[in-house]
Amino acid sequence: MSDTHQQSIPFVRDTMLPEAPPPAAETGIVKWMRENLFSNVTNGILTLAALAAIYYLLSGFLPWLFNGIWDAPSIRACREILQGEVGGCFAVLTERWNQLLFGFKYPDEEYWRPSLAFVLLFAAAAPVMFPNHVPRVLFFFTGLYPFLAYWLIWGGPILSPVFGLLGFVVGYIVWNRLVAQSFAAGFFGAIVAALVTWWIGGMIVEAMASENTLLAAVPSRDMGGFMLNMILGTVCVSLSIPFGIALALGRQSDMPIIKWICVLFIEFIRGVPLITLLFVANVVLAYFLPPGTTFDLILRVIIMITMFASAYIAEVIRGGLAALPKGQYEAADSLGLDYPQAMRLIILPQALKISIPGIVNVAVGLFKDTTLVSVISMFDLVGMIRGPVLASTEWNGVYWELLGFAALLFFVVCYGISQYSQWLERQLQTEHR
Amino acid sequence: MTTLSDPPRESFRLSMLINDTRYRSYTFQFIALLAVIALFAYLGSNLMYNLREAGLNISYGFLSEPSGYDINQTLIEYDSRSSHWRASVAGILNTLLVAVLACVTATILGVIAGVMRLSNNWLVRKLMAGYVEAFRNVPVLIWIIIIFTVMTAVLPAPSAFRGDDPDRTMLLDAFAFTNRGVYIPKPVWLEGSAIVVGVFIASIIGMFWYRRYATKLLYDTGKLLPMGWPSLAILFVPAILAYFVLGRPIELDYPALKGFNFQGGIQIRGSLIALWFALAIYTGAFIAENVRAGIQAVSKGQTEAAASLGLRPRRIMNLVILPQALRVIIPPLISNYLNITKNSSLAIAVGYMDITGTLGGITLNQTGRAIETVLLLMLFYLAISLAISALMNVYNNSIKLKER
Amino acid sequence: MKKSVFLGALTVAGIAAGAAAAGTLDDVKARGTLNCGVTTGLVGFAAPDANGEWDGFDVGVCRAVAAAVLGDGSAVEFVPTTGKTRFTALASGEIDMLARNTTWTFSRDVDLKFEFTGINYYDGQGFIAPKALGVSSAKELSGATVCIQTGTTTELNLADYFRANNMDYEPVPIETNAEGQQQYLAGACDVYTTDRSGLAATRAAFENPSDHVILPETISKEPLGPLVRHGDNEWGDVVRWTLNALIAAEEYGVTSANIADMASAPGDKPEVNRLLGTEGNLGEMLGLESDWAVKAISVGGNYGELFEKNIGENTPIGLSRGLNAQWTEGGLLYSPPFR
Repeated sequence: MSDTHQQSIPFVRDTMLPEAPPPAAETGIVKWMRENLFSNVTNGILTLAALAAIYYLLSGFLPWLFNGIWDAPSIRACREILQGEVGGCFAVLTERWNQLLFGFKYPDEEYWRPSLAFVLLFAAAAPVMFPNHVPRVLFFFTGLYPFLAYWLIWGGPILSPVFGLLGFVVGYIVWNRLVAQSFAAGFFGAIVAALVTWWIGGMIVEAMASENTLLAAVPSRDMGGFMLNMILGTVCVSLSIPFGIALALGRQSDMPIIKWICVLFIEFIRGVPLITLLFVANVVLAYFLPPGTTFDLILRVIIMITMFASAYIAEVIRGGLAALPKGQYEAADSLGLDYPQAMRLIILPQALKISIPGIVNVAVGLFKDTTLVSVISMFDLVGMIRGPVLASTEWNGVYWELLGFAALLFFVVCYGISQYSQWLERQLQTEHR
Repeated sequence: MTTLSDPPRESFRLSMLINDTRYRSYTFQFIALLAVIALFAYLGSNLMYNLREAGLNISYGFLSEPSGYDINQTLIEYDSRSSHWRASVAGILNTLLVAVLACVTATILGVIAGVMRLSNNWLVRKLMAGYVEAFRNVPVLIWIIIIFTVMTAVLPAPSAFRGDDPDRTMLLDAFAFTNRGVYIPKPVWLEGSAIVVGVFIASIIGMFWYRRYATKLLYDTGKLLPMGWPSLAILFVPAILAYFVLGRPIELDYPALKGFNFQGGIQIRGSLIALWFALAIYTGAFIAENVRAGIQAVSKGQTEAAASLGLRPRRIMNLVILPQALRVIIPPLISNYLNITKNSSLAIAVGYMDITGTLGGITLNQTGRAIETVLLLMLFYLAISLAISALMNVYNNSIKLKER
Repeated sequence: MKKSVFLGALTVAGIAAGAAAAGTLDDVKARGTLNCGVTTGLVGFAAPDANGEWDGFDVGVCRAVAAAVLGDGSAVEFVPTTGKTRFTALASGEIDMLARNTTWTFSRDVDLKFEFTGINYYDGQGFIAPKALGVSSAKELSGATVCIQTGTTTELNLADYFRANNMDYEPVPIETNAEGQQQYLAGACDVYTTDRSGLAATRAAFENPSDHVILPETISKEPLGPLVRHGDNEWGDVVRWTLNALIAAEEYGVTSANIADMASAPGDKPEVNRLLGTEGNLGEMLGLESDWAVKAISVGGNYGELFEKNIGENTPIGLSRGLNAQWTEGGLLYSPPFR
């Protein structure tokens, strides 16, 4: 039978064909390009247009970048070296590097202090940012950091930050003692204890004030450059989170008066541009303070920016509170928890988790907004560029290098934070989908 | 004998203010109110004391006095003899002008970039991602300054257009790009132009009527009328006809170099362009993200369902995806508009004479009335913000999913 | 009294501190530094150099006052102020005196309640134009685009001048002098206007100063001088007479070079002796040491020396004395007698 079969079919292949490579158009880079760049006519045109745009941008930018001069005393020297060729005069960055970073008045020999504070910032932020990857012991350092950084940057008697810290410690101890009795007692007791500590500490510091301190005191008027942006950004964001939580809770509260106070505050702050608040800090606030008080400008600005940021963070957290299922509140009630306990143990941990991406967004926006202080004659990075650097005879006319540098610095920081926020969002997705 | 169900009446004790939850909230509210009042009283008394010490007073009388300064761009009649109040109004109009221009441009840019970020073209997708990240992560103040520097330092001065063999020439003899701004032709409305404009407005109404009719016809009978070309025809043909029939009543006034500057035409100042474009491009990046998120929020099943019904891709976008995506896109869009309006106060960095430049700038400097001017300034922005938020609430309510 | 403002704010007690309403003079002495408001940067008048040290003609006045009061010309905290912030800074007590080429006007003196303690520079508003523009008089500027620094009397004068001469113009308001320079050099405006001294200082910073011409017209009177808060006459006197001491020192030939000799023993000129405190008790009357003027003059020299060093003809700014010469030489500087 097998024979017949063989005869009826002229040829039967009994071995496998060797594997042929897929058609050229269906593999590797060609397939990828076909699918991603030239899938149809419109797409092809778009691709070509995009390529043209990229070429145009790079053909202007790259020669400028690679032909740049990094070492010259002035823009005229730069032009002489370049002999009319295209090229950036990056010498301004090397020449004024310290001024751009630290402002023009921070003492040269103390530059290591803010630099160290900046490096330590990462160590302090790590336990908060990566709680699962960093030993918890480092949290102590995070708590210590604000005082350490204050002392490093401002200098002066070491007792001031020590007493600042002590106030918090005393407050915490009192709170721990009293909170079992009632939350309110613990809360207000802690505040009073801390205030008393600071008051006594302030007197001691004043009494012991000596000219010879380990780190020379630097007045805050001398802060400037990118350091000022960093200081304003970190200080205001970290201060505004507790205020923001309080405002958000107040706005969600059942007590109408407290609710309306919070609503008015939040809506007022969100309704006006930051720049008008800075005007207030700069030209109006002094009239509202007791005569003889001299706040320095940086402190007034910190207060205003913190108020500004608190209102926005409050709205983000309110969103988080509203997004929690009602069952969580009811569950807390049914366990017999009172309001502070319910908030502290059940509601806020979840609400804050939901709000973290929003808070990071506000923080990035706020950090960018710190450049506005240049409008009220503070010499932050933008203020330094528009003021002392561009006004100087040597560098009058070096715009692109300076503005590009400022843009780059902000981009690196903000893009880094937003990438972190996206990573965190993925980490925090605990619910099952 | 009264009812037995009455709870035993406890007499009110002072400690109940703290310990009884019924009264505790009153205590807290009372304390909060007192604290706020005390704070304001404290600040107010300081203010009174400081003003008395300095011999100053709070008075808005300066608003009616002549301002004494000139404003280069005004939408209303204004000169240096006009009052500070009028200067403020001119500033308000300038703020609104740049805000509206920037909102429109930012929306267009943002929608294009947002849709293109979802394009299946890899290069375009990456390019748009680059645009969004680059602009979102750099302060808008820096962008304003950069674009302003482009406007003033890169574009040529009007003198470059002068002479028999000028370095630069005008584009089409109608547009001049100088570092004092862009000059474009200005329409001159002659007699009869009102009719042309009237016809044009009528065509706009007609176009909308036609589209509505076509939609209704589609829903009622399933008959599909063409939309695109007829709409355009209705929009333009009658107006163009009227224009020629009436003997070209609208002429263009071309800018020409005369004296120090270009004369004639419309001058769009560099400061306006810098502010407008910087705000538009910066906010456009945020809007692009909103648009992308909005489109991605519409579940893929919707697209597939629409496709299985036989709709063409463009109709899927227009009839199925966008209406649902808009619900997600519009609320953040409006808050972006709010941000544009508030960020337009950065005009002060480039000398654009908005309300911050006139009332909060020169008027404040000249009169020294810091408290009054800053207060007015804040009230203005607050009013705008509240108006826009009210609009947003109305919209949110109207699109809320009506569950039946 | 040296305490950290931050801790002060932390303790809240700090906010209520300093309630003692002492005079500015006592405050300055107690603080040990003088807070002096200056511009954010105008070469020759007040500008930080590459090392961040403030230098200039207005700065010299601040240093002289600090030396007179505290005996140390470097005990000055310079507070940069803009046109917008300067008056609030002074009114609120953030600064003790303002030496920021501020024009003495009626409304600033009377309505804003400040006290101008004298005039350290007689100025007037002028225009600078590129030579290539071919303009030789401000009367030819009809239709021109004019850059102005906002927050000064300049824009009012400009409006008045063009209005009076029936010309129109386009103002381009600018926040700082640096940007004015940038815009003007880029040709975004035809002329730049500010005080003539400021024009000279600005021109000095140009790459090719000789390509630009300052037009001959002076369209306003701009008497610039230091000012203090109204109502604190003791402090006003200190600033006023320190300035007068600088002016008088030049008139009497007292310079930083010979002052040590002249102050060591009473000379034969009674007026000089009274000025330098070797005779009489003028310093005591001011509430200062008897050698207050010696210290003030030693820091940067007398008025003439300050002028020559910072803005005089041998500096890049190259201003001639003109109206600012001593009255004996045909100028307007005229110090009341020290007796």
